[in-house]
Amino acid sequence: MITKANEQAPLVRIENVSKHFGTGDTRVDALRNVSLEIYPRQVVALLGPSGSGKTTLLNCIGCILEPNSGRITLDGELVYDGRWLRSDLRRLRLEKIGFIFQFHNLLPFLDSTDNVAVALDLAGVNAKTARARAVELLDYLEVGHRKHAMPSKLSGGEAQRVAIARALANRPRIILADEPTAALDSHRSGIVMDLLRKVAIDQDAAIIAVTHDDKIFDRFDHIFQLRDGRLERDVSTNSDRSLGSKTFSDITV
Amino acid sequence: MNLAYRDTKHNLLRFILTCFGLSLLLGIVITMTGIYRGALDDALRLVRATSPDLWVVEAGTNGPFAESSRIAGDTREMVARIYGVERAGSVTYQSAQTKIGNLPLRLFIVGFELDRPGGPRRLVAGREIMRNHYEMIADRSAGLALGEEVPLGTRGHKFTVVGLTQNELTSAGDPVAYVTLLDAQALQFELAPPITRREASRGGASVNSDLVNAVVAKISPYVSVNDVAAAVSRWKHLSALSQEQQETLVTRFVIEKQRKQIALFTVLLVIVSAVIIALIVYTLTMDKLRSIATLKLIGASDRTIIGLIVQQALSMGVCGFLIGLALVATFRGYFPRRVILVPDDIAILFAIVVVVCLAASSLGVRIAVKVDPATALGG
Repeated sequence: MITKANEQAPLVRIENVSKHFGTGDTRVDALRNVSLEIYPRQVVALLGPSGSGKTTLLNCIGCILEPNSGRITLDGELVYDGRWLRSDLRRLRLEKIGFIFQFHNLLPFLDSTDNVAVALDLAGVNAKTARARAVELLDYLEVGHRKHAMPSKLSGGEAQRVAIARALANRPRIILADEPTAALDSHRSGIVMDLLRKVAIDQDAAIIAVTHDDKIFDRFDHIFQLRDGRLERDVSTNSDRSLGSKTFSDITV
Repeated sequence: MNLAYRDTKHNLLRFILTCFGLSLLLGIVITMTGIYRGALDDALRLVRATSPDLWVVEAGTNGPFAESSRIAGDTREMVARIYGVERAGSVTYQSAQTKIGNLPLRLFIVGFELDRPGGPRRLVAGREIMRNHYEMIADRSAGLALGEEVPLGTRGHKFTVVGLTQNELTSAGDPVAYVTLLDAQALQFELAPPITRREASRGGASVNSDLVNAVVAKISPYVSVNDVAAAVSRWKHLSALSQEQQETLVTRFVIEKQRKQIALFTVLLVIVSAVIIALIVYTLTMDKLRSIATLKLIGASDRTIIGLIVQQALSMGVCGFLIGLALVATFRGYFPRRVILVPDDIAILFAIVVVVCLAASSLGVRIAVKVDPATALGG
């Protein structure tokens, strides 16, 4: 399943990606020839029952799980073609991908600013610049007033915003979110999704989220249903949402 | 950004308590080496107290410290007449147990001839022995004060403390007390009055108490000690040992078993320390698995993760060692044995602690390196 060609290159292109675990009788096909293209400024959801392969797909896009076959292109760079084409996947993740987690996964021993700055520090940015960028991001996500707070002192919504700031620290154009609103109430979930949309537009980024949260389905541009490792259909009803240069009607599932 | 430092700062109380616990263990390791050094120094101090050049002892023995030696009291005159001997003095050594009030007191009595080699090296209080009888110079560790009277021997004579020395102990930790040779011979060889009367009534020969354990001699710097030793050895009933030989006997034989015991306990304690550090590092790593997975997922290298684990293990070990060292240095005076901290020993122990920390952190490092970044995703 590949999206229709467009004048703008896709940020994520998945072509016939398959992944199985185990062999023989115990073999489980987690992904079966999944193809997908996601363009800049799109916020898409991966939906499906447990074991349908959505987390496996997210891990393959995030370069933390090696597929068995297929091709993966991230931000114009072919990174997987039957094998990883880059040896430093860690660097690849650092440069191109931001991660947002279900339970925010902030490092408990760092305050909000350092939780964001650590991503820059790992990329080799000097401490002063890293902290300045971290504060800037926290302000952008309207949580700047909590920049010295430790994670244990943050509310769920504040912690998730700090986590989003960390995901954006190295200006990645692909943001993978694993149930980003699962630990939040519907009000905060809405705020977080609005923030992700804002990020997608402002940073010209693509956001791919695994979710079960039906309260936020209307916040996605596309919702891709996975079942038994197959990408079945786009169940989005939000076809008229403006996506900058793209609309849901451009997508062929 | 130093993640190890930040994590430590965040859990400061836990870190301090862990370091304190570790410091007690490492403090015991430091104390063990200090006890050995103390025992060695005490043993050598006694041998070196008179700093003679030659020890004349009973033939065929390694006396008077490694084994018993008895020679006739007039041996000193014979030795003094040998060419090259500048000064000679008879000495006796014996352990004595007495009571001050209700408290038991154990002393190592050295009998020496006044104005001859064999007496105490340096007094820290009081004066030299000036009377032939019933005066004593004791080590401060005995807890005796100047002028205090100490009952000794089977006849209950009281010895007055006239001088004090410092750090004059045996390898067993008993304080050394100096008395005149005559008093020491009486203490060592005279029988209690009832036994004397019994011996006299059964017509037994009177006991010869003119015996000494060794003769110490100062040799002229212009004469070879070996030549004098050879001259002494021509008398078949005597043996001669140089000061160096005597020190070797003491260090290699007298406290050898003690050295082995202390070494064994030290090794066991180091192993226990290693296991405890490994367990602490393992626990700390398990507590941080999610953080480690998150760090790896957002791009942290294995080197960063290993650095986090190893730096924490090292900081725990080093802080524990330094606190332990400070505790030992502060409280060693209250220990019933002399504890001597030798810089070389401390440096070696420190190096061992560093190696142990590195080895102990390997378990945590293995777990941390194996953490799958994907575990950061999902609930």
